[in-house]
Amino acid sequence: MAGALRQLTARPGAAARGAAARRGGLLQFAPALALALFLAPVAAGLLGTALPAFDYLPALGGTAFGLAAWRALLAWPGLGDSLALTLTSGLPATILSFAIVVGFLAACHGTAPLRLVQRLLAPLLAVPHVALAIGFAFLIAPSGWILRLLSPWATGWQVPPDVALVQDPHGLALAAGLVVKETPFLLMMTLAALERGDARERLAVARSLGYGPVTAWLKTVLPAVYPQIRLPIYAVLAFSLSVVDMALILAPATPPPLAVLVFRWFGDPDLTLRFAAAAGAVLQLAVVIGCIAGWHGAERLVAALGRRWARAGGRGGPGIAARRLWGGLLLLLQATAGLSLLALALWSVTRRWRYPDALPSEWTLAAWWRQDDALLWAGSTTLTVGLAATLLALALVLACLENEQRNGLTAGSRALWLLYLPLLVPQVSFLFGVQVLTVRLGIEATWLAVVWTHLLFVLPYVFLALADPFRALDERYARSAFCLGASPDRVFWRVKMPMLLRPVLVAFAVGFAVSVAQYLPTVFAGGGRHPTLTTEAVALLGGADRRVIGVYAFLQALLPLAVFAVALTLPTRGAARRAGGRQR
Amino acid sequence: MTGRGDTPRNAPGNAPGNAPANTLELRGVGLRLGGRDLFRPLDLAVAAGEVATLMGPSGCGKSSLLAFLCGTLDPAIRAQGRILLDGAEIGRLPPEKRRIGILFQDDLLFPHLSVAENLAFGLPPALRGRRARRARIEAALEEADLAGFGARDPATLSGGQRARVALMRTLLAAPRALLLDEPFAKLDVALRARMRRFVFAHARAKSLPTLLVTHDPADAEAAGGPILEIGAFDGDGNAAAATAVRGRDRTAPAAG
Repeated sequence: MAGALRQLTARPGAAARGAAARRGGLLQFAPALALALFLAPVAAGLLGTALPAFDYLPALGGTAFGLAAWRALLAWPGLGDSLALTLTSGLPATILSFAIVVGFLAACHGTAPLRLVQRLLAPLLAVPHVALAIGFAFLIAPSGWILRLLSPWATGWQVPPDVALVQDPHGLALAAGLVVKETPFLLMMTLAALERGDARERLAVARSLGYGPVTAWLKTVLPAVYPQIRLPIYAVLAFSLSVVDMALILAPATPPPLAVLVFRWFGDPDLTLRFAAAAGAVLQLAVVIGCIAGWHGAERLVAALGRRWARAGGRGGPGIAARRLWGGLLLLLQATAGLSLLALALWSVTRRWRYPDALPSEWTLAAWWRQDDALLWAGSTTLTVGLAATLLALALVLACLENEQRNGLTAGSRALWLLYLPLLVPQVSFLFGVQVLTVRLGIEATWLAVVWTHLLFVLPYVFLALADPFRALDERYARSAFCLGASPDRVFWRVKMPMLLRPVLVAFAVGFAVSVAQYLPTVFAGGGRHPTLTTEAVALLGGADRRVIGVYAFLQALLPLAVFAVALTLPTRGAARRAGGRQR
Repeated sequence: MTGRGDTPRNAPGNAPGNAPANTLELRGVGLRLGGRDLFRPLDLAVAAGEVATLMGPSGCGKSSLLAFLCGTLDPAIRAQGRILLDGAEIGRLPPEKRRIGILFQDDLLFPHLSVAENLAFGLPPALRGRRARRARIEAALEEADLAGFGARDPATLSGGQRARVALMRTLLAAPRALLLDEPFAKLDVALRARMRRFVFAHARAKSLPTLLVTHDPADAEAAGGPILEIGAFDGDGNAAAATAVRGRDRTAPAAG
């Protein structure tokens, strides 16, 4: 897409122009189509949210610009607390996730713990936020599994203690949940960046100069890797500061974090609150922009200090303690995620689980069988929306990449920003505007609107998963196929696709997992008429018992995991060998 | 013999008498990849100030052998044999404790650091004080004919200049042996001869046992030390013995 986007601005060379004219076809419209489907809603959404923030929303009688919305927002008594909560959960979560990824890779580059962690990475990435947050709450709550395992022999408690371990006033539970969820993503992006670079050589040089492994990594590899993971870090920062679904589960309800407050106002029966909500959405965007700018400033400071540190020549030690600490910390995070899932599964088959028993005393599948059509309905919507959005994204991404290759375009780094846009802009800051857009187009609250909104978030991830393998494919295969008389289309379907089967399937699994995880887009675009497992699981939190929540949340986690398992095992051995050989 | 005529400046600390009598010794060193010997185990002793050359076709494991000596061998390759530096076994030490400097085909100057900072990166922290460190770096730049280049971005330097900086960075770390992994291959022919002289002269001045890997016979010729060829296979597909082909009798350590 990056290169594809560029095509709109860059003039292709004469040769490329000739080729494009000769090949023609629908392919050349792929970038424009992707742009229209992908960026237009973001732009329209931001506008549609910003206008009501300044009192303009004709549908609700706002026909003149003004500052009433802002006055209403600023007059809200809990606003300060909400803002503080947003910052105390979002900032530590991002800093900690980043520190853990850097500490772990610096300490464990090329060691056995890294290989173990890598193997567990894909399934963890596939787990949706909501399922993870619910499982995490089941794990750490006062009546959660961890305290049940420790009670009464270690704690002496016969009843759950009265402390706010979940929904604590500073949002630390939310921060912890975010760290569990975001660290694998950052780790995966950093590992991909390491694959592309010359980390091995840099480390070899530094160590032959006498540097210990950890210091060598921090002084020579990190400066090369950081620019490549900058956007993912900003995405994590933006997400952590504006997350709604996980905050509904792990953050306090009064006052809630800013994003949750805004989300509630948007859904309030009192329609006049829409204006304050829009102003809050703009404030949320400002908070994210401000924090990204602050992080950017900190980057410069740290880079300057780092150069000084490199100049001083300190060699560092063998890093054995660091390896234990960071390796242990990362495995602990992964174990937490695994136990969270297990807690969901356990609750879904529990008949009786008295506090402080370590395990249920009576088991049953009743919670599964008792679910009526609602579960089936939510499950099938999740499935159809996920499949449609992912297939659409896959087609667009492949068309853009193929177009880029046929026209000899190269990807610009600035274009990557466009790709990340839906991940950097807080969802609450533009989804209301998207909703307005779907009303204008007459598709409000339709299945199609849900698919389209999911596409905004699925597409970037599919692109990220596919771009590297696609571009890394040795172009001599295609060239020799051309020389054998094959048409470009034939080369694409008969040469490139079979060789890229595995990455395409993985990208599909990634996209599907992203779609399954979407909460806010489903609520805004579906208007409550297209409940998915995700929205149902969140809705159930209010009253239903843990068994039912366990069923929904576990099924929500199971779907993407199953797709991942299929994607990784489906290619025949021959196809796997063909695909694997090209990408190391 | 291009390399032998040069009389290198004597760096402080290398005056006769207290010159470290380093010897790099390989005893029965062999590499196996996927159950196949890359070459038959070889024995080799490189005296202080001597430049030994290892030749062989690409893929025969020359670079892997250097990685093994450095301690950065790919775990997929199984190694055997002992490495001795000045009589002490170093094969079990982590790379950073071996004090073996290496130069690669690419200069691998860190692009995020300036020229002077790259050199400072090599300078041990034991040399304290900003002024002392800067003075040592200035001296190194001057030695490399690069006085005044300290603040430059390595990317703005020519290939030959970058190669010289890379050598100075390696030497500032005070290694006890030097490995050269085809460091001249990417330089053009005219530059290559000058760079060879520059590197060999410094290695001899510091009395470093030096092992050069190359497939350019001119490199081997200029090194003036013993030449080994490895990786030639006999009819049964077994690695032939590493053979010291020539040169041992002809060239004594030049700096001696």
